[in-house]
Amino acid sequence: MWTFFHKLGSPPWLYAISGSILKYLLPATLLALGVGMVWGLLFTPPDFRQGDSYRIIYIHVPAAAVALAGYYVMATAGAISLIWKMKMADIAMQCCAPIGAALTFVALVTGSIWGKPTWGTWWVWDARITSMLILLFLYLGVIALYEAYDNKAAAARACAVLSLVGTVNIPIIYKSVDWWYSLHQPASIKFTGESSIHPSMLYPLLLMIAAFYALFACALLLRMRAEILDRERRTGWVRKLLEADAV
Amino acid sequence: MFGGLSFDICPGQLVQIEGANGAGKTSLLRILAGLSRYGFEGRVERHAPLLYLGHQPAVKAMLTPRENLAWHVAGEADFGAAAIDAALARVGLYGYEDVPSHALSAGQHRRVSLARLYLSNSPLWLLDEPFTAIDVDGVAALEERKAAHVAAGGAVVFTSHQPMRGNYNVRRLCLRRGLL
Amino acid sequence: MSAPSLPAFCLRLVRRQLVLAVRRPVEILNPLLFFAMVVALFPLGLGPDPKSLASFAAGTLWIIALLSNLLTSDTIFRGDYDDGSLEQLLLAPQPLYFSVLAYLGAHWLLTGVSLALISPLFALMLNLPLEALPALVASLLLGSGVMSLVGGVGAALTVGLKRGGMLISLLILPLYMPVLIFGSAAVRAAAQGFPAGPQLAILGAMFCLAIALAPLATAAGLRISIDA
Repeated sequence: MWTFFHKLGSPPWLYAISGSILKYLLPATLLALGVGMVWGLLFTPPDFRQGDSYRIIYIHVPAAAVALAGYYVMATAGAISLIWKMKMADIAMQCCAPIGAALTFVALVTGSIWGKPTWGTWWVWDARITSMLILLFLYLGVIALYEAYDNKAAAARACAVLSLVGTVNIPIIYKSVDWWYSLHQPASIKFTGESSIHPSMLYPLLLMIAAFYALFACALLLRMRAEILDRERRTGWVRKLLEADAV
Repeated sequence: MFGGLSFDICPGQLVQIEGANGAGKTSLLRILAGLSRYGFEGRVERHAPLLYLGHQPAVKAMLTPRENLAWHVAGEADFGAAAIDAALARVGLYGYEDVPSHALSAGQHRRVSLARLYLSNSPLWLLDEPFTAIDVDGVAALEERKAAHVAAGGAVVFTSHQPMRGNYNVRRLCLRRGLL
Repeated sequence: MSAPSLPAFCLRLVRRQLVLAVRRPVEILNPLLFFAMVVALFPLGLGPDPKSLASFAAGTLWIIALLSNLLTSDTIFRGDYDDGSLEQLLLAPQPLYFSVLAYLGAHWLLTGVSLALISPLFALMLNLPLEALPALVASLLLGSGVMSLVGGVGAALTVGLKRGGMLISLLILPLYMPVLIFGSAAVRAAAQGFPAGPQLAILGAMFCLAIALAPLATAAGLRISIDA
């Protein structure tokens, strides 16, 4: 267990292992995304109230779910880097922020597009949209803080502290905003008990959520590999790698 | 910046860290003080309370020297007004105890913070450029104070470009391109 | 001679901060003046109709309080960082958690409490019903405590940066939002004749949580800023 943990801290090892993971994960992700998208958009029955416009949930819901989870991945990586001073955790945390922010942005935009036919307006200050907006602000705050520091090692630690503070606050923010405005439909996917969404619509949604998680993992690994190469560009193993590529 | 450093500082030692600008004197001192924890790999073991005086004298312009010094030592013990005034007198600030610090010069600010050397019970002193802005008499008094502290079983580590003027037994650590 | 007890040290730190502020009274008066000026902006922007002002009063007062707290939180540690006092505080034998708590407590007394006590005056200018005044003062007392504590985290993380002012708002404004929600809701409830107790209780709970956790993050932030 501990040797594995120590190996995680070694850039060449992480670079190699992430490469072999991506070789399988990336095609699988693209396949799942394609299947889920076609299934959801073409082969599910239309909703009897919202017609075809509800189909945007196949993008909106997974993006929102993974955006939120991404914050916790970031905070966990931050905690690891603070406690064990692990550089790879620094990199993971720093790479999470833009991906998470992008997903949050996608969730907001798709939510807004969905809002137009459903509520007749592009933007409604309802609980979940507002929470997503605040989540976007939290992500942007982390990115802004990282960019403001000249000393990148200190920047990573500062961002780790900020993301941990955000982690404590996210449930409070969500509950507050929920209380503030409870106009939205109540959550319709529950992992316990009866689901209020028909299975024919649910299965492609679950597939899409899984595909988005995998997409997040791929994007994270790709960004981390680029960042590792950038930081280690003066070391021997990167030079060797480049020479091997050039041949 | 530097690597492969390993040394002990024992009671009774007067250590001067030398080196060109940018050699890492201040960084080394901050690592020893525990202010820098992340930028280096290695271990610092401290077995005694320390007193660190950095580049900035930590003097508040809106407080008097007496109030400033009283706050500087507040974490260590409650020394009482008489001891604080006596320490200020030792660094040549007799008569300035109640003057707002913004009316004092940079050298006098430095002296307020150096007055801690006459109060502190900490055996280990880490002094970053303690002679900055101090006049000739002040430097001599400061050297004497350091020597007395070392003779009493304390230890002093300080950074400076100038060698000490008096004839003291100084151990020198010279940082040159990351080597000792 | 032995080290002073922890409460004595913290009280001394609070007293030092208060003395520093009293010797430069504009530091206390500026947030209040800011509050007064922004209050004057709202009738100019929204129109002088007393009824519409009254309906916005709760939210307006709370947003102004939030902004004036935000503007002062950048300065909590800045002076002490610049002149080296912060290094000495980090090296003091007392745990940083409690020193930070004392710092933030002093900030709360200087900005939040003074603002809460003077807020009824501005509430009357915005035509807030009289029966909402106790809820306004109570919610501002509790809420500004949370905001000082959370603001301390942002201040600690940005104190080492040359241009921290705008950044700190980006960092901590999202964290202020729950406080704003419950603070303004308490005042609005009281203005409509409902009890404000539940909202105030939640603000109190946030205050307790912030007292427990925010100094930890602030202390970590200060160590990072001093190290950078």
